[in-house]
Amino acid sequence: MLTLDRVTKTFRAGAFGGGSTTAVDRVSFSAAPGELVSLIGESGSGKSTIGRMVLGLTPVSSGSLTLDGERVRPGKDFYRRVQGVFQDPFSCYNPVFKADRVFALVRRAYHPGVGDTEWADRVERAVRDVRLDPGQVLGRYPHQLSGGQLQRLLIARALLLDPRFLVADEITSMLDASTRIDVLNLLAGLKDRGLGVLYITHDLSLGTYLAERTVVLRGGRVVERGDTQKVFGNPLHPYTRTLLAAVPRIGRPWTEAAPVDACAYHAGGAAGSGEDLHETEPDHFVACAHLPDCGRTRP
Amino acid sequence: MSTRPEPAPEPAAAPSTPAAPSEPAASSAPAAPSTPAASSAAPAAKPGGEWLHYAVRNPKLLIGSFLVVVLLAIGLIGPVLLDNGNPNEYVGPQAAPPDGTYWMGTTTFGQDVYAQFVHGLRATFLVGVVGGAIAAVIAMLVGFLAGYRGGLVDEVLTMLTNVVLVIPALAVLLIINAYMGVRSVAVQGLFIGLTSWPWAARAIRAQTFSLRTREFVDLARLSGSGTWRIVFREIAPNMSSYLFMMFILLFGGAILIASSLDFIGLGPTEGVSLGLMLQSAQQWSALQLGMWWWFIPPGAGITAIVGALYVANVGLDEVFNPKLRES
Repeated sequence: MLTLDRVTKTFRAGAFGGGSTTAVDRVSFSAAPGELVSLIGESGSGKSTIGRMVLGLTPVSSGSLTLDGERVRPGKDFYRRVQGVFQDPFSCYNPVFKADRVFALVRRAYHPGVGDTEWADRVERAVRDVRLDPGQVLGRYPHQLSGGQLQRLLIARALLLDPRFLVADEITSMLDASTRIDVLNLLAGLKDRGLGVLYITHDLSLGTYLAERTVVLRGGRVVERGDTQKVFGNPLHPYTRTLLAAVPRIGRPWTEAAPVDACAYHAGGAAGSGEDLHETEPDHFVACAHLPDCGRTRP
Repeated sequence: MSTRPEPAPEPAAAPSTPAAPSEPAASSAPAAPSTPAASSAAPAAKPGGEWLHYAVRNPKLLIGSFLVVVLLAIGLIGPVLLDNGNPNEYVGPQAAPPDGTYWMGTTTFGQDVYAQFVHGLRATFLVGVVGGAIAAVIAMLVGFLAGYRGGLVDEVLTMLTNVVLVIPALAVLLIINAYMGVRSVAVQGLFIGLTSWPWAARAIRAQTFSLRTREFVDLARLSGSGTWRIVFREIAPNMSSYLFMMFILLFGGAILIASSLDFIGLGPTEGVSLGLMLQSAQQWSALQLGMWWWFIPPGAGITAIVGALYVANVGLDEVFNPKLRES
């Protein structure tokens, strides 16, 4: 169970730390085992930063981030349980080594006792699981492989570890449509076996495909979150509506969503209570319509 | 530098093209024996074995290191084969050009230039290795630590680097040498090493800084690697040819600084070095008197050592960077 409670990340900027940027502002949500939570937001909304914080690669400024009740403690034991796949596959491989070294690293750290042939079998199985031909991708250098192949190798690497929680940051960004569905179905299978997934994406349709719950981020803050059906079936925040309207549909020209003046957050009367989000119905939370510029959301 | 993988510096290194076997841009590989067949037989189990595979097939590396080894062998074995101990003794005729007895002629005072040359090579290698190694070790420690850790550690180490950088090294060496009166080649190398590391540390810091934000470093952390393992197994291999080039520059720099010190009369009081030979040749007007055999051997020796190391380094670049390999 991954739980974020008012997690904030502030980056210092400037020579003497004078300026600061808040990339993630009091974000709260949770993800249970076997649950896929999709984190949707535009570039710069802080979604990747949240992923890095969950992985312990970026320290949390304030708030609490716990996994099964424990604080995130980066280290060998932690990464046995929590793994990540990053969004830029080209940057994930050390260019002077062969691509399959990512498997060797996993073996060295976590499966040193496994024999050569058994390990080769496991690698081959994991590579086949992501619809790759082992003969085509193993023993090659990263610059000899395509983005999609590299990305799927990274997914295979995470599968080899058999983690309990996976942070998937835009893991299908370089895949073509059919492979993408394969990978998503693979995730669905793992999810059914108890894997918790934080699925970070900017693509609404991918977010809704598997996710039980959805978190919509903007400017580092949660604008709307809850049950996927409720969030997208009955979007209350104008940003979520804009997102939904922006999904291209065949045969229909794109139109801008009508701006919403009514603010469900303030209408609900939560502004004065100091709550971050207003719960409009069970498991459906929405923020002030004027986020991130609303000055009245904080007492 | 040239180890950064993104901007492929040579036309032969077409990015993300799986092993195009017949690239016409083979001008940089005059005798590349690594045909596609050979390279497909290459995959060794360990990266070290693979690097060796390419190293022994790289003409530039072979030629460069062969020259260095030959010069080193001359410096090591040459003095042993000469029966007289002191190369500065006045043994022969004065100002004689090369002949059968004195292979490189003699000086104005009748010293054997060949004896001086082989002894000088030894001293020059020593000062280069001692100075270059000390400077390289300090530079790597400071550079890796500052670049990878960042923050306060970086601030402090960068300040230290900058302070040492602006110290006029030659003036300090002058004072130390003159004041302490220590005149052995090893001590000379030590002082040179302690003052010549800052630029290399800055360069390593900058490279580390850019490499540590790459996601493969994060992925190594996700694979349970510790700090030093990441520095030496992930970051350093990306700049291995740069690190080697840095050592070569520091090595050559140490030789040149030592020669300058020798040249202004602050070299080792006993023994001989290539710099000292150049100094006496200049002092006694060898150029004006047409005694080319006096100054050409030491000058050529210094040039050959440093030049051969450069050639080897170009070859090493191809060995370490898989994108530059022709195949």
